[in-house]
Amino acid sequence: MDTTTIKSNFKSEEYFINMGPQHPATHGVLRLLLTIDGEIIKKVEPDLGYIHRSIEKMCERDSYQQIVHLTDRMDYLSSHINNEAVCLTVENALQLEIPERVKVIRTILGELTRLASHQLWWGVMGMDVGALTTYFYGFRDRELINDIFEETCGARLTMNYNIPGGLMFDIHPNFVQRTKDFITHFKTKLPEYDRLLTGNVIFQKRMKGVGILSKEDAISFGASGPVGRGSGYSCDVRKHHPYSAYNQVTFNEVLKTEGDSLARYQVRIEEMWESMAIIEQLIDNIPEGEYKVATNAVIKLPKGEFYQKVETARGELGVYINSTGTKNPYRLKFRSPGFSNLSLLNHIAVGGKIGDLVASMATLDLVIPDIDR
Amino acid sequence: MTNETLQNLISSWIPELEFTEADSQYLNITVKPDQLHQLMLQLKNNSETSFDYLFCVTGIDYEKELGVIYHLESTTFRHSIVIKVKTEDRENPTFDSVWNIWRTAEFHEREVFDFFGIIFNNHPNLKRLFLTEDWDGFPLRKDYVDEINMVIK
Repeated sequence: MDTTTIKSNFKSEEYFINMGPQHPATHGVLRLLLTIDGEIIKKVEPDLGYIHRSIEKMCERDSYQQIVHLTDRMDYLSSHINNEAVCLTVENALQLEIPERVKVIRTILGELTRLASHQLWWGVMGMDVGALTTYFYGFRDRELINDIFEETCGARLTMNYNIPGGLMFDIHPNFVQRTKDFITHFKTKLPEYDRLLTGNVIFQKRMKGVGILSKEDAISFGASGPVGRGSGYSCDVRKHHPYSAYNQVTFNEVLKTEGDSLARYQVRIEEMWESMAIIEQLIDNIPEGEYKVATNAVIKLPKGEFYQKVETARGELGVYINSTGTKNPYRLKFRSPGFSNLSLLNHIAVGGKIGDLVASMATLDLVIPDIDR
Repeated sequence: MTNETLQNLISSWIPELEFTEADSQYLNITVKPDQLHQLMLQLKNNSETSFDYLFCVTGIDYEKELGVIYHLESTTFRHSIVIKVKTEDRENPTFDSVWNIWRTAEFHEREVFDFFGIIFNNHPNLKRLFLTEDWDGFPLRKDYVDEINMVIK
């Protein structure tokens, strides 16, 4: 065999591989079509729809009270905040005056949801990059929040506690004490997260300088939440368009300018401290009063278009309702944070290795039902 | 910038734009399909408007017409605006893609194509996103016949 034949036998070629839909690192049924040259990624093309349930179509059929329950099934780790988004849209459209008590309770529960979501993310993100212990630490602390939810809302994951006009029922008598106990507990546990993972040399090397996203690209791709803030893009809806009780509390919007995976990681860790600070400011001052205002059994929104954005654990969730004055929306659109955050995956993964893709994807914190809807 | 100053400025660029603030919390502009791309480019690049953040793209079926609604925000000035575009052509509804202005539009326009069958000119990869390639029809259109009763009435 002459040398040219040997060379042609070993010529480098691009080829495709499938990642998912059952790959553990895609956290759900996301299929990525990777174009690869050796181990270098040339292109990432997401193939969506494995868990598409046509929620927007179902909303055109349902009443506004029913729609709230569908939103739990989008980003199930931010279910409380999703519920709140629809309720706020309906309440604003009806121009209902919501009691202060409701606003404060919603804010506390929203921040507890964010904490629980970030804890779970931290646990599985460690596992994605090979640190198995984090999973157990994350779930250990998240369990305590789920217990609080279970007692007050009656459910641990799909809360359905918000209704248009307020809350389904009043908070449990133990709620305040248990939340305070949790904050005291978690303040001693959160530094463990840093000790266990953040400073680890292997972890640092897998995260630093990997999956870099510039601020301009973050805005252009519509990134939001910790993904945008890791690139120095100030996009916190709680700051820029405050809702519920966020205008009554002081907290910092965590911003990092590096734009790499480590920056997105650090934003979430620091956000947990901010969430605890928000809860601490409110938990002793829950105003007395009604936990809901009466609405008609059949809610009809006035004719018009209504838009509300909220900050879920993943970023900006938008609810657009086009109403013709009937009991169903004419068109309802959910602008989900994960959908826009996924669209930039190709941009940050090209040129890297498959291992880097896993690390970048972990810091995007994708929840697939949120993307597919 | 207030809605009024926005309206004065934008109406000086392109005549025949329809402005309305009724039934919405934002300033709404309806633009003709052939002027869409020109208007969008100016909204993004003009230093006074600087709408650099496209946060929502919604397809909508008005029964007679098909349309797309763009929600824009400026991260510098924090003002928002809504752009609407409509067409009566239900066979071949076509608008210009804005993906080269805001990268996020690439995925959002694919979603609109998937559910409404609206075609976007110059889109780099316009194909079904959620549904399978052989899916018949566009489910979020009002005249879609749900033969297998997927969304139970």
